[in-house]
Amino acid sequence: MVQSLPFLIVIIPFALLFGVVALEAGIDIGQILGFSVLVLAGASQFTAIQLLSDHAPAWVVILSGLAVNLRMAMYSASLVPWLKGATGRQKAWVAYMLIDQSYALAIQHYERHPRLNLRQRLAYFLGAAVAMCIPWIAASWLGATLGRAIPDDIALDFAMPITFLAMIAPMLRTQAHMAACFVSIVAALILAGLPSGLGMMIAALLGMAAGALLEVRTERRQEAKS
Amino acid sequence: MSSAHSDLTIWVVIVLLGIGTFLIRWSFLGALGNRDLPQWFMRMLRYTPVAVLPALVAPLVMWPAATDGQPEPARLSAAVVTVTIGVLTKNVILAILGGAITLFGMLYVLG
Repeated sequence: MVQSLPFLIVIIPFALLFGVVALEAGIDIGQILGFSVLVLAGASQFTAIQLLSDHAPAWVVILSGLAVNLRMAMYSASLVPWLKGATGRQKAWVAYMLIDQSYALAIQHYERHPRLNLRQRLAYFLGAAVAMCIPWIAASWLGATLGRAIPDDIALDFAMPITFLAMIAPMLRTQAHMAACFVSIVAALILAGLPSGLGMMIAALLGMAAGALLEVRTERRQEAKS
Repeated sequence: MSSAHSDLTIWVVIVLLGIGTFLIRWSFLGALGNRDLPQWFMRMLRYTPVAVLPALVAPLVMWPAATDGQPEPARLSAAVVTVTIGVLTKNVILAILGGAITLFGMLYVLG
């Protein structure tokens, strides 16, 4: 649990911001809590709020929110060998609390201490995850409560774009990630005239394809060298 | 910015997004086990966040709703500062702070 503390410095302000921004978008406090408890995934919660306030159709909101979370399937796959033998209920709890930060902490810990038994691994994951998920939920409620006190003339419209940009920047780790990002920006701007959400989805698919293609090419080049 | 969606629609979105997200997280741990999915599919997964989020944000930066879709210097500079700090420091909160300070500073200076 102590090891989750550095992550809280990011999680708490982030959740506060989610509460404030969602309230601003006309989402009521019960729904804000609903998002944080049931979805429990920052980027996709912000995505859903943005699209809802853009008046995008509900199916676009749901598909885009899910697309942002698809990366978690990779986390799920990579935990399988470590949690072999866990009961169905234990796995369900792990799945519910599988966020970027709890995954990152757990996998580091498991690789560093390969001789832990299943009980110790589960205990570590649950400790780390609870220490991050509860503050996420509490802080988004607090943000929604405090948000009412913020005067209307502050330029909060741009809080969401700034948050997204800040989330994207550290993801640009490889050339393939940069290519995916670049293609998706260009396509989104060109397709901005399409009905709400549609241009974005096409742009995202093109970006993903660009990233995957460049990754294949880079791998081939490395194989050719070695 | 009021939402055009009814309360019920918003709850439907929340619940379906919640269920879908849970199924994504549970997929391999639960149903799929050690089964391998096609490699191209796993490859695409790696690039979902970095493709979806920029597609969402690019039009918001270029044509902000608050200025009726006119490009606007304070918001553009805030975007540039946010990305620059984010790339250099890899710190999300620092990047947000830098962007916010730039935005409010520029809005104040430009009156």
